[in-house]
Amino acid sequence: MQATHDHAAGHDHGHAHPTGIMRWITTTNHKDIGTMYLWFSFVMFLVGGVLALLLRTELFQPGMQVVEPEVFNQLTTMHGVIMVFGAIMPAFVGFANWMLPLQIGAPDMAFARMNNWSFWLLPPAAALLVISFFVPGGAAAGGWTLYPPLSIQMGPGMDLAIFALHILGASSIMGSINIVTTILNMRAPGMTLMKMPLFAWTWLITAYLLIAVMPVLAGAITMVLTDRHFDTHFFNAAGGGDPVLFQHIFWFFGHPEVYIMILPAFGIVSEIIPAFARKQLFGYTSMVYATASIAILSFIVWAHHMFTVGMPATAQLFFMFATMLIAVPTGVKVFNWVATMWRGSMTFETPMLFACGFIFVFTMGGFTGLILAITPIDIQLHDTYFVVAHFHYVLVAGSLFALFAGTYYWLPKWTGHMYDETLGKLHFWLSVIFFNVTFFVQHFLGLAGMPRRVPDYALQFADFNMISTIGAFGFGLTQLLFLYVVVKCIRGGAKAADCPWEGARGLEWTVPSPAPYHTFETPPVVR
Amino acid sequence: MNRTARSRAPSILAGIAASLAASLALAQGAAYEPASKYNLQPPVTEIATRIYDLNTLILVICGIIFVAVFGAMFYAIYAHRKSVGHQPAQFHENTTVEIVWTVVPFLILILMAWPATKTVIAMKDTSAPDLTIKATGFQWKWGYDYLRGEGDLREVADGISFYSTLSTTLEERTNARAKDADYLLDVDNVLVVPVGKKVRILTTANDVLHAWWVPALGVKQDAIPGFVRDTWFRAEKVGVYRGQCAELCGKEHGFMPIVVEVKSLEDFRAWAAERRKATTAGAPAPSAAAGAPVPQTVAASARTGN
Repeated sequence: MQATHDHAAGHDHGHAHPTGIMRWITTTNHKDIGTMYLWFSFVMFLVGGVLALLLRTELFQPGMQVVEPEVFNQLTTMHGVIMVFGAIMPAFVGFANWMLPLQIGAPDMAFARMNNWSFWLLPPAAALLVISFFVPGGAAAGGWTLYPPLSIQMGPGMDLAIFALHILGASSIMGSINIVTTILNMRAPGMTLMKMPLFAWTWLITAYLLIAVMPVLAGAITMVLTDRHFDTHFFNAAGGGDPVLFQHIFWFFGHPEVYIMILPAFGIVSEIIPAFARKQLFGYTSMVYATASIAILSFIVWAHHMFTVGMPATAQLFFMFATMLIAVPTGVKVFNWVATMWRGSMTFETPMLFACGFIFVFTMGGFTGLILAITPIDIQLHDTYFVVAHFHYVLVAGSLFALFAGTYYWLPKWTGHMYDETLGKLHFWLSVIFFNVTFFVQHFLGLAGMPRRVPDYALQFADFNMISTIGAFGFGLTQLLFLYVVVKCIRGGAKAADCPWEGARGLEWTVPSPAPYHTFETPPVVR
Repeated sequence: MNRTARSRAPSILAGIAASLAASLALAQGAAYEPASKYNLQPPVTEIATRIYDLNTLILVICGIIFVAVFGAMFYAIYAHRKSVGHQPAQFHENTTVEIVWTVVPFLILILMAWPATKTVIAMKDTSAPDLTIKATGFQWKWGYDYLRGEGDLREVADGISFYSTLSTTLEERTNARAKDADYLLDVDNVLVVPVGKKVRILTTANDVLHAWWVPALGVKQDAIPGFVRDTWFRAEKVGVYRGQCAELCGKEHGFMPIVVEVKSLEDFRAWAAERRKATTAGAPAPSAAAGAPVPQTVAASARTGN
């Protein structure tokens, strides 16, 4: 992730550039900023992971052993907030920064200084989240969904979390405006929208989703803030408010947010499968339309997160039908990937392994999503470990595996070196095995009736919780192997060719490896 | 919890040691047979049965699609590899295929939606109950009020009112004593209802959101402070059914179970008569655990004032 050694060689504008830490603080280079986004998200991934391991340790056995229940709630809450807003979302923005200009033949992002600013908003926000553990009352403990009235009861940790989310949201909005502008205005001559790589397409649509919903989240948490401190009663029935109103607003943000975290993953996988099948992506056009359909549908399904609040039957039915509809474009995507693989000439380097693992395990999360879309079943399974299993199948095996796939795929371009293939494959197999050990059993826990967000449980849930905890530690430790592989690749390794993958297509493979500090200063011409 | 923050670091070590010791004890005392381990709990109402069947139906349909799609994918992975000399084909578009795999899933979804829709409508029909009970969520216990609703049983239990608090001891929770078979799923006062009668549950809450959930009855309804929601069940079998609060409600969220005892109509009448006699005789209303907050606000006024 450090393709910057050719700094001096790559350009000569006759003015001095800061070095050392100031280089990173003042940089407006999309590759530098992409690198910082990726390292930032990896650090947050480890922080969120440690929180997860702490809570899994408490759940290793029935009874209270390691943390107090209130601390346990802080762990679940902050694990969710940090993984969603600190790890997964910035990681995809890091990929966007690095790869979008290279893929569409642009010299940099459209708003280079704003790009710097949107990154440097992240560390203070992360610091607020971490600091919140040490203020009186500890970190926010109302779940990552921050439902009032519970979130009204919290101590100052909740205010810090709200402020952090405001900052992260501002960062996301700026990043999205940058991405939309870059894609719409800075494509190389000849690259029409329908010739763009799918990663660019999925990010374009994702950026629109972000611009649409991050302000909604900001509104919701600001209302919580004023309810907490300024005696407003948005969510307080005694003052004429309604706690359920928050849930409607939150999930109007929250459901598109789910697709914000998965659509770029679809894009990465759609780049990798054709490259290693040595065959053009099947159904490019329908992939674009499917992505857009998912994005549009994501705005009209939010209340499926709240089937148990007691909506009228017609509302339950509407949200059930709309949610089930999402299975259609999602299915189209899976079918297209399989059709791309069909009668290809496949090899299974680490990116392809992660991409295949993604399709396989993500689809299981898709099926449990369909099960949860069915209102009567959801009413039984809502707020149980079945839901926990479901969203980890789509967020870990979905988003995270795609991020790993993309990292291995583009590492040679970023560093100029090939990564250690044996260790990469080991990372894949350990990840996919431990992932399933951790989360598959949670389906059983949820079906049999274990609620989520509890620090202790009835004896019948003991075995599966023990298995899950063992898997979680295996998964967590495996990610240190990933760190080792990446660092090893940055520090050395076989020299990577401009296009190290036989079947890879795209402008990013036409520039040298590592990619020079400045690329496409003269736009390439696309046939 | 009586442990304090200042002793946290040593208590972590002690906790790990205790949990290792407890794991041995647990392995020996694993005679506890749960009603269900891999699937939804055995249903005892028509709605719960429908939910169970819906889940099975959709699991089977998903299973078939799963096998078909991944059969194709793994066959391709097996046969269409470069290492076995497979040459890539050139096709990358086929409108007919795209239409087929858009329309066919749509039809399958309609197949799933049909029984689901009928179940939703049945679940929402809370009309004409035989007995009406208000369940109020508190941090962290449940309060129950048998109301004068409608139906034959409206008089039978009218006015019965009590709290239902976790009866699992702190010693069990902190591993100082062996855990009971109903660990975390037992309460001091169980909710008693008659078999075969339509029971309407009104839910509300005193402080934050809670959710009243009994899996075997197929019922989960959020309890919202300041608002009243309803749900219903008709238990078909006498027995004791256990559930838990399903909406995060603070630090003791995991410690406010729900226990419903379904009795024969006769036994229910006898229980209600006894309970009402105790109440009207001026016996103190079953009080909450020592130190628990006195109920207030909306819920409290509804409890006493009608």
